[in-house]
Amino acid sequence: MSTGWVVVLIVGAVTVLFKAAGPVFIGRRPLPPRLLSLVEVLAPAMLAALVVTQAVGGDRQLVFDERLLGLAAAVIALRLRAPLIAVMVAAAATAAVVRLLT
Amino acid sequence: MEPSRLRDGLRAAAPLALAPILFGASFGLLAGDAGLGWAGAILMSATTFAGSAQFAAASILDSGGGAAAAIVAALLLNALYVPLSVSVASIFPGSRRRRLVESQLIVDESWALSGRGGRFDYHVLVGAGLLFYVLWVAGTALGTVAGDLLEPNAIGLDAAFPALFLALLAPYLRSRRALAAALLAASITFVLIPFTPPGVPIVAAGVSCLLGLRR
Repeated sequence: MSTGWVVVLIVGAVTVLFKAAGPVFIGRRPLPPRLLSLVEVLAPAMLAALVVTQAVGGDRQLVFDERLLGLAAAVIALRLRAPLIAVMVAAAATAAVVRLLT
Repeated sequence: MEPSRLRDGLRAAAPLALAPILFGASFGLLAGDAGLGWAGAILMSATTFAGSAQFAAASILDSGGGAAAAIVAALLLNALYVPLSVSVASIFPGSRRRRLVESQLIVDESWALSGRGGRFDYHVLVGAGLLFYVLWVAGTALGTVAGDLLEPNAIGLDAAFPALFLALLAPYLRSRRALAAALLAASITFVLIPFTPPGVPIVAAGVSCLLGLRR
């Protein structure tokens, strides 16, 4: 089985259990507060890490290229309260245009 | 289930319908690039049905990271579904099997829409979730087809993904603890990128969630 399929099957199966946690397994009992506060900051931590790897990650090196200009455009779009998809388009278009011109 | 009430959910979700198609399509595009193939991409959208985790797994595989890193990062992101799921546990009626199936329609957007009235509404959650689910899987299928026709980097797709993750991150940053954890995670990742295989920096950044335990 290829790497991709292993990831698809395991992530899919465990996510099904996560989503069913309340209605099927745990019920309405509240989660322990310490666990809850841990989980609450997991998503922002992982997303921040993904921003960095996607913006400057290369093959075992930091690569500073058009992606950073795209990210700058995204920051401006976010400040203007643009919808999610417009933020992505702003970043992609910026990088594509700069690549075309240089 | 009364169809009229289910329609409330569909109506609440309709203005947001374009997003899952476009995001699904960009996931399909990225997943094709990452070697998941069209079947793997569609199966992932149909079983995982959670945007940020799917993008995380596909982007780690795409950058040459291993399966373990992709799985751990995706599951750490999806751990958030446990408290979301518990918060709506009491609104799901019927047998265990029915609850197991319908709980799969819990996704950030359907959960948020269903809680708008001050308490969680089962019909809105299921109606909105169902619409998002169908569009997400259909969008993914579209993206896998488009991926064969497009050169992703020429249209700046590689720059669209850091922007996507930043936009998903932004709403969390109002909380000081989340901001601290995000900054620590970003620093850990930045420092580790040159020294470890792809994917490892993201998983290592997960330790910054320990900041959540601080008062």
